[in-house]
Formats: sequence, C-alpha cells, structure tokens
Amino acid sequence: MQINIFRIFLLGLLLTVNLNGFAITGEENPTSEDEKFDPKEMIMHHVKDAHGFHLWDWKGHAVSLPLPIILLTDNGITTFMSSAFHHDDNGKVVVEKNGEKFVKYHEKIYQLNEGATAVEFDEEHHPVNASKPLNFSITRNVFMMWVSVAVLLLIFVSAARRYKKSENYVPKGIASFVEPLVVFVRDEIAKPMIGEHKYKRYMPYLLTIFFFIWINNIFGLIPIVNGANLSGNIAFTMTLAIFTFIITTISGNKNYWKHIFWMPGVPVPMKIFLMPIEIIGMFTKPISLMIRLFANITAGHIIILALMSLIFIFKTVAVAPVSVAFSLFITIIEIVVTAIQAYIFTILSALYFGMATEEEHH
Amino acid sequence: MDLVTPGIGLVFWTALTFLILLFILRKFAWKPILGAVSEREDSIKDALTEAEKAREEMQHLKSDNERILKEARAERDTMLKEAREIKDNMINEAKEEAREQANKMIEQAKTTIENEKLAAITDLKNQVADLSIDIAEKVVKKELSTKEKQLELVEDMLGDIKLN
Repeated sequence: MQINIFRIFLLGLLLTVNLNGFAITGEENPTSEDEKFDPKEMIMHHVKDAHGFHLWDWKGHAVSLPLPIILLTDNGITTFMSSAFHHDDNGKVVVEKNGEKFVKYHEKIYQLNEGATAVEFDEEHHPVNASKPLNFSITRNVFMMWVSVAVLLLIFVSAARRYKKSENYVPKGIASFVEPLVVFVRDEIAKPMIGEHKYKRYMPYLLTIFFFIWINNIFGLIPIVNGANLSGNIAFTMTLAIFTFIITTISGNKNYWKHIFWMPGVPVPMKIFLMPIEIIGMFTKPISLMIRLFANITAGHIIILALMSLIFIFKTVAVAPVSVAFSLFITIIEIVVTAIQAYIFTILSALYFGMATEEEHH
Repeated sequence: MDLVTPGIGLVFWTALTFLILLFILRKFAWKPILGAVSEREDSIKDALTEAEKAREEMQHLKSDNERILKEARAERDTMLKEAREIKDNMINEAKEEAREQANKMIEQAKTTIENEKLAAITDLKNQVADLSIDIAEKVVKKELSTKEKQLELVEDMLGDIKLN
C-alpha cells in the first residue's frame, strides 16, 4: 500500500515536469496587451520568497493561499493573514493593526512611520517614510519547508516502524526503498569521510541534512506549488551551512586546531604564513557550502523560467515547442541535480567533520 | 541584491524546523533504521563466520574419519595377516606333530613287531628244542634199547675222551 502511494508520488513528480510550462504560462496570462512582459521580474518573483501562496489566476483574480504574517515591531509581535493585503504588492493597500500601519512592497513588509497614511518612494523605489520590522512570517518557503518536513516524517518514521514489525529486521515496503539510501549515506559518505570509529555520532545530522535538502530540491521542481524555491534561498542554505560550521568547530580536536594555528611539518615562517589562510579557510568552507547549493538550485530555476519566458518575449506560440523541449531537458537535468547537490552538501559536511576529528598520524 | 540577502525570518524558521526535524528523525527514524541495519549486518556476519567454522569442522571431521578408516583398514590387514600366520603355524605344527606321532607309532610298531618276532623265535626255538629233546629221547631210547648198543656208546664216548 505504501509502495503504491510512493509510486504515485514519483509518477506525479515526473508528470509535473511536463506541467511546468503550463504553470508558468498560466501565471502570465492576465498580462494585458499593452503591459510589457518583464522576464526578469517574473523570474525573480518565482525564485524569491513570498508572503502568501499564489496558486493561479481565475477570471482576472489571483487565487492564493493566505499565510500568517508575523512581525516583530517596537510594540511587540503583530500577526495577521497575508490576505489582508488583497494581493497587493506595490504598497498601495495599507493594513492597520493595533495602531500600526503596514504595506507590502515587492514582497517586503514595511511599517509606516507615525502619521503617514500612504507609503512614498524615492527615485530608486525605496520607501522613505517607512521602516522594515523584523519579519518572522510564515512565508511560502517556510510553509513548503513544513510540508517537506511532514513528508520526510511520513516516509522515514513509517519506514522505521516497518523494522519493528517485520522479523529479522528484513526491510519491507517503504523501508526497502529508504534503506539503500540510508546505507548509501552511511557507507559512501560518512564512513569514508569521517572514518569507521567516529562516523556514528554524525550519522543523524548527515542523514537529516541529506534528505532535507534533497526533498526540498525536489519540491522546488514541482510547479503546482509555484516553485517554492527553498533550497535555492540563501537564508536556507546559510542556516544549514552554519550548522555544519558549528558542528565542525565543536568537534574539532587538538590536531585540527594545531593544523589551523601552527601547521606541523613546515618551517616557522611558513607556519605564520599559513595561519591566516587556515583561519580564513575555516569560514570559506561553510560559505562555499552555502553558495554552492543556493547558486545551483536558483540557477536551475532561472534557466527553466527563462526558457519559458522566450515564448512571451518573442510573443509567438511557434517558440513554445522549443521552449518546452529545452525546459523539459533542463528539468530532467535538475532532477539529477537535486540529488547531486544534496549529496555534495552532505559529503562535504562529512569531509569537514572528518578533518575536524582526524587523529594525528605519523 | 535581494536574492543574496538572507532574510532573518527564514533563517529563524529553518534553524528551528531543522533542529526539530533532526531531533524527531534521530529518535524515531535513524536510530531504529541504523540499529536494524547494523544488527542485520552483524547477524549476517555471524552467520557467515559460523558457516565457515562449521565447514572447517566438517573438513576436520572428514579428514578424521578418513584417518580412522585408514587406520581401521590397516589394522584389519595386520589382523588378517596375523591370523594367516597363526593358521599357517598351527597347520605346520599340527603337521609336525602328526608326523612325529606317526613316526613314534611306526617305531613302536616296529619294536613290538621285533619283540613279537623274538618271542616267536624263542618260542619256536624252545619248541624245536623240546621237539629235539623228545626226538633225541626217542632216538636215544631207540638206540639204547639194547645192551650192546649202550655198551657201544659208552665205548665210543670213552674212545672220544681218550682221543682228546
């Protein structure tokens, strides 16, 4: 039964590849004739985070799933639903809550200054009479992250329960799908990078990060959720990279710090020369993790969207077959990339842990 | 620039969500799955070592059996050989004994025959002697039935004595 659900899920994933084009074209349908199509704005709108879950347009009205907006203002926490802005993204609709006035402009929430009734902009389209409160809203990406967590829990907790039920720990059902992946992370990532004796401590982190990134990469490719681009968001990749950095730093042993501050086996001037390089290296490692995942996933999205935009740039359906074919091709590559990027992030994290815990050898 | 500016909200929610996910999955997914996998691997390894051990033992037993069989066969051969030797000895001894017995018997028979023969000869001699005496008696009786003859004899004998 569970296998069937999973098969349907996979099949759906494959089918949505073809739907990718429709989701985007549907998005741009209401664009009126005289309004010039701006591919950059469209692509950025898709790639970036958003308040509210825009699903589709229906008879000129946007249909979207409202999400809670949580703001930390001077007066404390203010919450309201994103639907209060009535799909406005140009700062025209002012939402008043607890005596505070808010506008949404380019997916950013601004708090109007005391006495102001409407937002005013300077030449560079920066609001002049408003400030930006700390925004802890449940955005599209946060929402999709929770959906992915729910899916992860559903898959892995039910897989783990299979082991208890079946005798001799023989994997059945979804466990037989999950187990090779888990064993892969253990045997191909953790063991060779960290070593036989120490890998066990890091297994939960490596497994969680691998599947968390992978499933969010996959979710980013599903067009029906409007390409929630969580793993292509720098905040997401930065957070995960910081976790890797913290774990690396905490588990660093004497040997690790010695290699950073006083490189053994080289002459003293070299030791002094290498010290700043190694200290910078400590930080460039997680930064490279952050940028690699962000750039790879975002680039994939941008390519697919740009290819689809060609139809609207050239304003002819004749381009459509080419666009669809190319974006189908890129999407298939992206499916591979989802796994590769998750794998790279995990294996590099494991490599850093392995470097931090490596024993001195002569 | 917006694209590469991390939003504080998403950082916060990602960190919180990830930590909770890590905690839950560690407890309810990774531990049971990894435990089950390693337990199974251990049991497979154990089973393989056990099988290897059993195989070795089997080999050992087989060679032992072969050795015992060989020994038994050798023992049987020696026993057979010994028995044959004993048999031969016995036959030889028996033959020897029989021959000796026979010789003895022949010897005895010979002695007996000799004795009998001697006895018979003696007996015959005696009888001949008796007969001779009888005959002599009769002859003498007849010869000396008259006086003249008796005198003649005496004369003869006396003549013989003189001659001597």
